[in-house]
Amino acid sequence: MDMQNVETQLAELKSSLEALDKKTAENKLAMIVFSGDMDKVLAAFVIATGAVAMGMDVVMFFTFWGTPVLRDKKKNVGGKDVMGKMFGTMLPKGTGDVKLSKMNMGGMGTAMMKSLMKKKNVASLEEMISLAEELGVRIYVCEMSMDLMGFSREEFIDYKDLAFAGVATFLQEAQNSKVQLFI
Amino acid sequence: MSDEIQVIKVFDLKGLACPMPVVKVSKGIKEVEIGQVIEAQTTDPGSLSDFPAWAKTSGNEILKTEQEDKLIKFYIKRLV
Repeated sequence: MDMQNVETQLAELKSSLEALDKKTAENKLAMIVFSGDMDKVLAAFVIATGAVAMGMDVVMFFTFWGTPVLRDKKKNVGGKDVMGKMFGTMLPKGTGDVKLSKMNMGGMGTAMMKSLMKKKNVASLEEMISLAEELGVRIYVCEMSMDLMGFSREEFIDYKDLAFAGVATFLQEAQNSKVQLFI
Repeated sequence: MSDEIQVIKVFDLKGLACPMPVVKVSKGIKEVEIGQVIEAQTTDPGSLSDFPAWAKTSGNEILKTEQEDKLIKFYIKRLV
């Protein structure tokens, strides 16, 4: 048999195996959190923490209305322009300000839901976020949304694995994830 | 199974709602050695389908499931 030929075939096989390896999805969940509604963000964190329990690596990408949910109520940053100040005031400042997508009824529905959750031992959004942090759920915050709404990095919550990134970062993560969700 | 299941550790997950029972059991099972059995007690009806799903995905084995009224007991053997 022609040794040269075998070697060439082996090299070809190797490179196609490597290409296949790159295509194989990891046991990972990549999630876009677009919504800023309390119920939807809560669902996102329930799925995220549940996925870690199932042995998955989890990454969440917060964009648009989801972005202000991760602002820290206690942090105040100065030096914003008029529009930035306006958006800063009108948009929720953290989990305490977010409302139900339905039956909010001027805040009454959200308050009722929160007390019901407590009664039924359902974890609050704040508890879910710290659980996610503890479990190693990675979070990206969309730079474009931040820029648009005039948010600075300094006004976001303290979270171990939080970084600021753009769509390419999310897509890179999503490309090799078994599960992708948009919430 | 002829002999009694020997439980090494009991996890009280009663009253907890989704996703907590599964999150806690996935952490808890790592506290025992591979081959050992834990008992997880829940009152969340969803765990009846969630625990088998979790066990199958994580590669652990549910040896037995017991139900008394609202209380559900899972005997889970750590395999991985």
